[in-house]
Amino acid sequence: MNPTPALFISFKSLQENFVTLIELIGFGESFGWLATLLAGISISFLIINVMVVATAFYTWFERRMIARFQVRRGPNRNGPFGMLQPFADVLKLIMKEDTIPDEADKPVFTLAPIALLAPTLMIMIVIPFGTFLNKEAFLSNLNIGILFIVGVTSVNSIAIFMAGWGSRNKYAILGSMRGAAMLISYEIPMALGITSVLILSGSLAMTEIVRSQSVWFILVMPMGFFVFMAASTAEMSRTPFDQIEAESELGSGYNTEYSGIKFAVLFLAEFMAPIVTAAVVTTLFLGGSHGFDFLPGGIWFALKMFIVIFGLLWLRSTWPRLRIDQIMGFAWKTLFGLGLFNIFLVAVEFTLAREFNQVNNGSLTTEYMLIMAAVNWIITVAVILIMANVVGRKKYTRPEPTPSPLANMGLGEN
Amino acid sequence: MATIRTEPVTINLGPQHPSTHGVFRLRVTFDGEEIVDLEPVFGYLHRGTEKLAESRNYVQIVTLTDRMDYVASMSNNLAYVRTVEKLSNIKVPERAQYIRVISVELQRIASHLMATGFLLNDLGALATPLVYCFRERERILDLFEMLCGARITLSYMRPGGVFQDTPEEFWDSLNTLISDFPNYLDELESLITTNEIVLARTIGVGLLSDAQAIDSGVTGPILRASSVKWDLRKANPYEIYDRVNFDIPIGSSGDTYDRYYVRLQEMRESIKIISQCIEQIEPGPVRTETPFFIRPPIGETYSSIEGPKGELGFYMVSDGGISPYRCKVRAPSFINLTPLRDMITGWKMGDLIIILGSIDIVLGEVDR
Repeated sequence: MNPTPALFISFKSLQENFVTLIELIGFGESFGWLATLLAGISISFLIINVMVVATAFYTWFERRMIARFQVRRGPNRNGPFGMLQPFADVLKLIMKEDTIPDEADKPVFTLAPIALLAPTLMIMIVIPFGTFLNKEAFLSNLNIGILFIVGVTSVNSIAIFMAGWGSRNKYAILGSMRGAAMLISYEIPMALGITSVLILSGSLAMTEIVRSQSVWFILVMPMGFFVFMAASTAEMSRTPFDQIEAESELGSGYNTEYSGIKFAVLFLAEFMAPIVTAAVVTTLFLGGSHGFDFLPGGIWFALKMFIVIFGLLWLRSTWPRLRIDQIMGFAWKTLFGLGLFNIFLVAVEFTLAREFNQVNNGSLTTEYMLIMAAVNWIITVAVILIMANVVGRKKYTRPEPTPSPLANMGLGEN
Repeated sequence: MATIRTEPVTINLGPQHPSTHGVFRLRVTFDGEEIVDLEPVFGYLHRGTEKLAESRNYVQIVTLTDRMDYVASMSNNLAYVRTVEKLSNIKVPERAQYIRVISVELQRIASHLMATGFLLNDLGALATPLVYCFRERERILDLFEMLCGARITLSYMRPGGVFQDTPEEFWDSLNTLISDFPNYLDELESLITTNEIVLARTIGVGLLSDAQAIDSGVTGPILRASSVKWDLRKANPYEIYDRVNFDIPIGSSGDTYDRYYVRLQEMRESIKIISQCIEQIEPGPVRTETPFFIRPPIGETYSSIEGPKGELGFYMVSDGGISPYRCKVRAPSFINLTPLRDMITGWKMGDLIIILGSIDIVLGEVDR
């Protein structure tokens, strides 16, 4: 039903190229494993380098932007506009002494940064980046792409717990205990948000999800978007959910004992998370590489990612942090309910669409999606208003202050 | 239902910790996230100010008081010089009294801005509100620089008046600041006061009832947040506070939010006081001539002012010599820590930080 797109680069095409190369050199067919290995190494090399450099520039961008929010200038010494600052930082971290606490569980302590970085990188494999040079760009068109993402991201909580447990530091263990509780809780609303996307797209493959968005899913089901965004902000533990690090409370949380290159890797994983999350959000809700024709799809994808990243940054620079029990309550009492309600809505609407013959190749027609968008926006606004006015504000009405009778000292008259 | 056996964990919060506002140490026992016990340990910044004062003359001690509450040294100066004046019967010219009140109220604003900014920082707001607070505080420090050349350790006041008259450009800058400041406070409030997360974090947290506050000797914004209408500027008017109109803002319940909000309203009241002072001030001398070495008659006295953090008092004993026989400071930060354990026990880790932040301690004053 859909033609296989010409691939810009993929594991499969690389593997085939290596097979031809090996045959050219003169090795027999028994060296097929070598081609697979070489293709794998090349892809890993590509992802790691691109992502590390992207993260370096992202940290620069975040620091500059937050500085602007805070009426400061931000890093501006190294290179043009301070763009070489992240490289200087990494250089400094590499040259620092790599300490391991005496009482630490050394293998766990050492493995934790890698265990945190690897899944973050792996998500990029299944992201369809849109078109470059008239060729579709993705590394692997996995037919269970979104399931892969859900599975791989849940490794994060183990890695953070490893870092806290291995450090044998009370602050670190407190941070990682919070992390374990929080990350596991927020995976559920995140999965609920994803499920509603899957109902509409009818496929688990990322390319199919993008293709089915003739109307962007953020318009079709804003509630699902909010649930997913809130949950993924918590998943990468950024303000207002940055309980794992909680600088003002725990010093530095799970990475208290880390220094040198190990800290650099943790830091890298932490700052790579917004990029990866923005890529996933763009694919699931913002129509991936869809856009107007005057720019290639890849550019649109990057633009949308940039907007999502900027939104996350904005939240980070303005909002205070929630308390741990409030965060857990928000996951289980609010997001969980909203996510289920959203799935219910989308499922009912999808069933109705089938009744009215609006389903076309497993995805909905554009007209029906627009009707859905109108209905769902009204419902979402209504839900938000109800939550804000009925559930939220009532708790915060303050009584008028009356002077205490205990020590008035005759001050009432003036 | 079978429960897992858990053990309470004791954590040393500080003396090196981002949110203890200096070298303050808390030995906290946690049951999971909940605090079951807490013991404050201080003294890491003890410099023996009171003992040092015994070997300096009365003008030199002014510089020592700067280093106590180093975010509000103007108030420290005033509390000290008032005690010396009371001890040795020195009259202060009217203009000097107005300048003193203006500078002390500016200092109160600066101190409350720091308290508010760091409270938000403790709430985890990534320093953005803090930087906004500091931006305005800088303007106040610029004014101080015009007055006396220093920004933090001011030593502006002398027994008998102030060190020098205000320069001309001071009044223009002051007027601009006074006209800008209410707008700035509105801006800050729009960022903080109605923020859902701030409300959720602060309301009902760290309650201090009025009876408890009075029993533990708490003063200042913390006492007023517990709905006790007590302000030395009204109860015992010193300098020219009886000639200006202002309100005493009080809180309704004594939680962290009230402590924040009382400070914010006090800044507005301070602006009111300053603008009335600008209208009333008249030219004249700013310092009474005092001998180079002040030798107060033998005797003792206690005098106190309403500092930004509470009742700041000096108890001084004179033996007739050039330096005091004894100089005891009633430091509001130190005494405001008295109800800390009752306020914090039963709350969670994150609440501990913001309750401590809302008390607004300065370790230079706690340890002296």
